[in-house]
Amino acid sequence: MHDSSTTVVHERNGEAHAAHNPALLHHFAEPQQQRDAASLGMWVFLATEVMFFGGLFCAYLVYRQWYFGDFAAASKSINMGLGATNTAVLICSSLTVVLAVWAAQTARRSLLVGSLALTMLLGLMFLGIKGIEYRDKFVEHHVPGASFSFENEPIPGHPGQYANARHAQMFFSLYFVMTGLHALHMIIGLGIFLWLLIMAWKGRFTPEWHTPVEIGGLYWHFVDIVWIYLFPLLYLIDRHP
Amino acid sequence: MYFGVFFALLVGTGLTVYAATLDLGRYNAAVALGIATIKATLVALFFMHVWHASEKLTKLVVIAALFFLLLLLGLTMSDYATRMWS
Amino acid sequence: MSMSMTTPILQPVERENYLNKEYGVWSWLLTTDHKRIALLYLISITFFFFIGGFFALLIRLELLTPVGDLVQADTYNKLFTMHGMVMVFFFLIPSIPAVLGNFLVPMMIGAKDLAFPRINLLSWYLYIIGGVMMLHCMLTGGVDTGWTFYAPFSTSFTNTNIIEAGLAIFVAGFSSILTGLNFVVTIHRMRAPGMTWSRLPLFIWAHYATSIIQLLGTPVIAVTIVLVAAERALHLGIFDPKLGGDPLLFQHLFWFYSHPAVYIMILPSMGVITEIIACFSRKRIFGYHFVAFSSIAIAVFGFLVWAHHMFVAGISVYSALVFSFLSYAVALPSAIKVFNWTATLYKGSIHYDAPMLYAFGFLGLFTIGGLTGLFLAALGIDVHVTDTYFVVAHFHYIMVGGAVMGYLGGMHFWWPKISGRLYPEGWARLAALIVFIGFNLTFFPQFVLGYMGMPRRYYDYSHMPEFQVLNVLSTAGATVLGVGYLLPMVYFLWSMRYGKPASDNPWNAAGLEWKTASPPTTFNFDAEPVVTWEAYNYEELDAPHKEGVPVAR
Repeated sequence: MHDSSTTVVHERNGEAHAAHNPALLHHFAEPQQQRDAASLGMWVFLATEVMFFGGLFCAYLVYRQWYFGDFAAASKSINMGLGATNTAVLICSSLTVVLAVWAAQTARRSLLVGSLALTMLLGLMFLGIKGIEYRDKFVEHHVPGASFSFENEPIPGHPGQYANARHAQMFFSLYFVMTGLHALHMIIGLGIFLWLLIMAWKGRFTPEWHTPVEIGGLYWHFVDIVWIYLFPLLYLIDRHP
Repeated sequence: MYFGVFFALLVGTGLTVYAATLDLGRYNAAVALGIATIKATLVALFFMHVWHASEKLTKLVVIAALFFLLLLLGLTMSDYATRMWS
Repeated sequence: MSMSMTTPILQPVERENYLNKEYGVWSWLLTTDHKRIALLYLISITFFFFIGGFFALLIRLELLTPVGDLVQADTYNKLFTMHGMVMVFFFLIPSIPAVLGNFLVPMMIGAKDLAFPRINLLSWYLYIIGGVMMLHCMLTGGVDTGWTFYAPFSTSFTNTNIIEAGLAIFVAGFSSILTGLNFVVTIHRMRAPGMTWSRLPLFIWAHYATSIIQLLGTPVIAVTIVLVAAERALHLGIFDPKLGGDPLLFQHLFWFYSHPAVYIMILPSMGVITEIIACFSRKRIFGYHFVAFSSIAIAVFGFLVWAHHMFVAGISVYSALVFSFLSYAVALPSAIKVFNWTATLYKGSIHYDAPMLYAFGFLGLFTIGGLTGLFLAALGIDVHVTDTYFVVAHFHYIMVGGAVMGYLGGMHFWWPKISGRLYPEGWARLAALIVFIGFNLTFFPQFVLGYMGMPRRYYDYSHMPEFQVLNVLSTAGATVLGVGYLLPMVYFLWSMRYGKPASDNPWNAAGLEWKTASPPTTFNFDAEPVVTWEAYNYEELDAPHKEGVPVAR
């Protein structure tokens, strides 16, 4: 007997097909299962991202241990103030994300739209400040490559000793790759949040179904956590006078 | 409660910057990373709702990811840290 | 258990199933049905298997003679590189999970599809994009670094198109990650009522463990490829000694993934073998929980041993000691499986159908491959045989004698379910035998060659012409092996048109997938199954008329 198997599943819920939230996909038995699957899926994806950045942290760890003095000198030359500001910006954006999720859960559409928009604004601010930092590095010839130059920079805590330019270049290579990859994730996050904003504006999210907001939020928080580690590792190697 | 965590995170950031200006010798890195870990934990537990997660599985995924990351870092460093011994 | 039908064959009006539900190219290219996606993968990986095999053929032809006379040195470097890259990244890693896993995982747990069907389709498209990039790379000169693309040769010295090959692998890696993600979420969230973890087929446990590795290991090689590409394109110097970098860091990051990757290749095969041995011994698997947990243990321990590929590369000897010890430890769960399979066979009612022949082949060849791995894990031995044909033989025993045998065995076992047809059993047994003979003839001489000192990746061994005899044997074996691989392709295709129609459960096997039609309908089950029986309930299946014995049907 091979009539459509979908009708049997809906019988299990005792509901007619038409009564379902249209967002419920056919291969799931009930909305909670679909929600749980989406949530687990995002968490597992974040685990892969941990390992992705992990490889870079590994490289960083090795070379920081090898060239500590040179790394410290290089770290001193990047703008701690801007880095700290960016950290605060991301922390604020994590708060707005949490507010957005709460707004979705409690059917507060304007707060939802506002929080999502504010999150994006903060994200753009982060990227803007990053852009300023990158431009500064470019101007100072600290971008690795043919025009790299790092002469006569003293090693903190060792008066009279100067940083080895090749080792300092290693720091900047890692700096650009790590912050660059992080920025790429931010840009993707902005794309995701733009889509969320549009959907929220159209009123698609309800307390019963706002899964994209939740899992988008998880992604954003993860990107924040990566920066929480990047900041002290890159900016604060040796800042005491 | 979210605002509480938010302020804690900002305070943590300020503390990290301040601590970096002190001379703690080899503990500078430990302090900075320690505060970073506390901040990250706060974000994960409260902003990402791991603390109130209905399923133990979520916590397991987080722990597994951290475990394998530490494996990568730790075992790799076991090579670099002992190269000079021979 | 014989394949002959006892009822006269009536040509039925064809039922609706996943194959005939919709026709047309777009119904395949835009499908979200896990079964159709599995077939899309089947076609793609078979294609890449031929490409990798073609390179292998050229390698073996060159090695027929001691001098390098077929190709130039640079070309030979490209041959073994492309053979390795294609076989590892575009055949072995996807093979069983993407074909058999995709097809069977939802059915085995009683679900209608994977958790994320569209991501499943995306996985396939990523694989194809990576594959096309790799093809383009091959057609524009290929890469010559070895599949391991070590720095600094790959970053600073070679003129071949590393970035394209790297990006191809990067994209294919994402395909792998998404497949793993899909499986983990599906197995956690989509099991039918009553399908507890302890009732899952061990095939599922194996794929769960494989998925863990895919998820946690692949990102590391992904970021390593990014670093290599950045170094080549932007001259960053992360692995370049001239700029203060350490080439060994590349090796650490590379092997952190690539060692667990070999467990991605073997674990699914072990899952297949478990299903086959249980079915063709008509017995419940001995030590179900041991086998289940050993799969997880292999996945975890597999991440602890990577530097055994670097014993002579310059790592500290203390670190080497640790990795050597851990490499011995990782053999334990595999050994536990072999013991459990053997115990399952003991006093079983053995049937020698083609899938079982592949399983027997697996048992012997995997054991040899695994034991030679232990030899290599011993520092003293490794110093002498590393980078020789001993290593080449070792990993081909596991990957070909192990993984590919499992893949072929699984394809035969589930072919009636996939296609609704029976393959010709006589030809299948012959093919299994040819594969076994060809395989051993190809690779056993390589153990001897390696032990005698023939280095790997050399196209010219004229300094030791006495190697020629064994090389000729190996090439002869490769030809036989090729015939053995071609036969199933021919008769599987033949069977799709002319094979006998299969019943729902021609093997009378345990498992929810056998309760669906052959071939299954698009949503697998007519009604959501409710599981009340344990896995591998062969006693019940074989005793349907015994009084008082609950029957699963």
